[in-house]
Amino acid sequence: MLFSPSKSFADARSNRVVVTGAGIFTALGPGWRINADGFRSGRTVFRPVTLFDVSRQRSKIAAEADLPAELPATKLAPNTIRRLSRASRMLVVAAHEAWSQAGWNAEENLPVVLGTTSGEMSFGEQYLQQALQSPHAKRRQPTRVVHYQIQQQGLELSNAFGFHGPITVISNACASGANAIGHAFELVRGGRAEKVLTGGYDALCQLTFAGFDSLQALSPTTCRPFDATRDGLTLGEGAAILTLETLEQARKRNAEILGEITGYGAATDTHHLTQPHPEGNAALAAMTAACASAKISPEQIDYVNAHGTATPQNDATETVAVNRWAGGHAKKLPVSSTKSSIGHLLGGAGAVEAVVCLMALRGQWLPPQISLNKIDPACRFQIVREPMDAKIEMSLSNSFGFGGANASLIFRRWA
Amino acid sequence: MSRVFVDGIGAVSPAGWGVAALRATLEKNVPLPVQPVVRPGWGKPLFVRLVPPPAARPASFAHPRLRRANVITQFTVAAALEALGERVSLVQSGAVRLGIIVGVMTGNVNYSRRFYEEVLMDPATASPLIFPETVFNASASHLAALLGSNAICYTLVGDDGTFLQGIALAAQWLADDKVDACLVIGAEETDWIVADAIKLFHPNAVHSAGAGAILLKQDSGAIAELAAVTDAFPFTQRQTRAAAARRMRAQFPPGAKNELLCTSAQQLPRPDMAENQAWSDWTGVQVAPRAILGEAFLAATAWQCVAACDGIRQNKFAGANVSVVGANQQAIGARFAKPVF
Repeated sequence: MLFSPSKSFADARSNRVVVTGAGIFTALGPGWRINADGFRSGRTVFRPVTLFDVSRQRSKIAAEADLPAELPATKLAPNTIRRLSRASRMLVVAAHEAWSQAGWNAEENLPVVLGTTSGEMSFGEQYLQQALQSPHAKRRQPTRVVHYQIQQQGLELSNAFGFHGPITVISNACASGANAIGHAFELVRGGRAEKVLTGGYDALCQLTFAGFDSLQALSPTTCRPFDATRDGLTLGEGAAILTLETLEQARKRNAEILGEITGYGAATDTHHLTQPHPEGNAALAAMTAACASAKISPEQIDYVNAHGTATPQNDATETVAVNRWAGGHAKKLPVSSTKSSIGHLLGGAGAVEAVVCLMALRGQWLPPQISLNKIDPACRFQIVREPMDAKIEMSLSNSFGFGGANASLIFRRWA
Repeated sequence: MSRVFVDGIGAVSPAGWGVAALRATLEKNVPLPVQPVVRPGWGKPLFVRLVPPPAARPASFAHPRLRRANVITQFTVAAALEALGERVSLVQSGAVRLGIIVGVMTGNVNYSRRFYEEVLMDPATASPLIFPETVFNASASHLAALLGSNAICYTLVGDDGTFLQGIALAAQWLADDKVDACLVIGAEETDWIVADAIKLFHPNAVHSAGAGAILLKQDSGAIAELAAVTDAFPFTQRQTRAAAARRMRAQFPPGAKNELLCTSAQQLPRPDMAENQAWSDWTGVQVAPRAILGEAFLAATAWQCVAACDGIRQNKFAGANVSVVGANQQAIGARFAKPVF
């Protein structure tokens, strides 16, 4: 039962939640190692968009990923694999890495919690184009309808690894991935599930690209989070999947633990549909709630992976919020936005950046922003500008989205 | 022990604006007439069930955030405000921490279709006013802004059964003391492209729109008690739709004469088969809102729950079971009962 009045979770609220598998796919490439090397060195992977025509857009670049020629072996039927488009393929690649790393077996009641903004939007685009250009042609339209729908990507994961369980998809704009991991964390910590497969994903598509371009939110130059002369974000694409389980369960299995999730906070900014409140109250509330959830103070955070889109409004608000939240700790707090390397992955951002935090905690390094020219003087914190090693025990990841969705996650090094 | 109660319900549907209109139409048990919508490139229209205009424009629609909002947001807000009733001021004053969960399947498809049509014509001139309204969580955001609610707010996307997952999530937030009350809303809007897509699978299905809202609280509730939300049984390579429906049914008690079964059936043989078979042993009263109002995915599941709770509130039933065998994701159910203190 998902709910029964006789079920009580009061005794299980202190479950420790650990990550035993992490899979990642970005424009840096597939897998932990290539991404860790890229983030550690601050590599940037922006290039001209080839997936659709951008000749009439202000911005013409994105962090477009090269999909692998073949997907890793799973239980997906060949005809299903043929029908998968970009988002699903990236998701399966990331999930396969996490699943293999965790050493999980197919189970009857394994929840999946995913975050995305657009799912397989390219199928929706193709559907509309054909419906308008050839109104009576039905060829491929049923397949597009099925695979366009976001729940289908969750079902594909179930089918790929042969498990069953509730599939929950949170679509809270650019906070979706962080909300998904946060929700999964709460399911495990609260004793509602022993394990959860969770993460986020989004692929580049014309509708979203044109949408951000119409808002003049895309940078016509270079993505430079927290730069005084920043002029917008650059889109990217990718997926990240985590396997979460109780510490007890992981120890029983003798599983390798990649890190611990200790806190999650979420809040809603009601200021505007696309613009955050300049005082950053909701961002501050999310970070504060995450610390309360982790039972720590801001001084215990050694690194913040910022939302840092590089739009003038987001970074200004996040700067105010981090300054307020960190207080006197801000001046020695390292902060960076890895969107400077791989762009903004929208619903995938929070999940990919969660994996970046785990990488940094495991490797004891900080991901730099190489592209930064002149730091916004409003930043009281330390922007990581060069690759560096560091002793970090805990990191916080911010994700903020349209509609005022704000989410923060806290990770602890596992030693 | 963690009891959760339904303390408010709201609905917007092709029957009209409000629970009373929904109740009156379901009691008649006669499918509502259909209306044509133009399908570009076709000589013949598609037929859907539209939500009629409200008798008077709701005052809430004058809120700055709702001036350009999509239709689905108007449905969402109207259903939510009906469920909240006089408690709106408690939320606005900050006295009540209100969680908001909005569930959609096709969601704000009208503006998404319009925006992409503009992109296809010329991306350089596509409207920046429309694009933000295409984001799935736009409706939840507008509602939160209207209510001044800074508490946790999720938009869930999935098939019809996702509304019931939202109810289970609300119960979790209440049990974890994240919120004092939680609105769960299912909402959809009509568009020719959705009607077109539905026809590919079920030629006789009728697309419709609207919203339904349920206000959940932990300490008390005037309408009904949430007795259970079953597990979600997905349709996978190893679990057919029929098997999922059977497993969902098995988590309900056998049923009694004074109980209601509210199903997701549309009176269409193929999509209804699994659910009909799963409940073939049911001898009590049954109602199928989709067969009367049309297929509105999560909004229709919300109507099921509203109808179930309303039946209990009206003392027609001691308990009500909501069964959902969704479009393409899962079979899931919920059970409501008369509150006993």
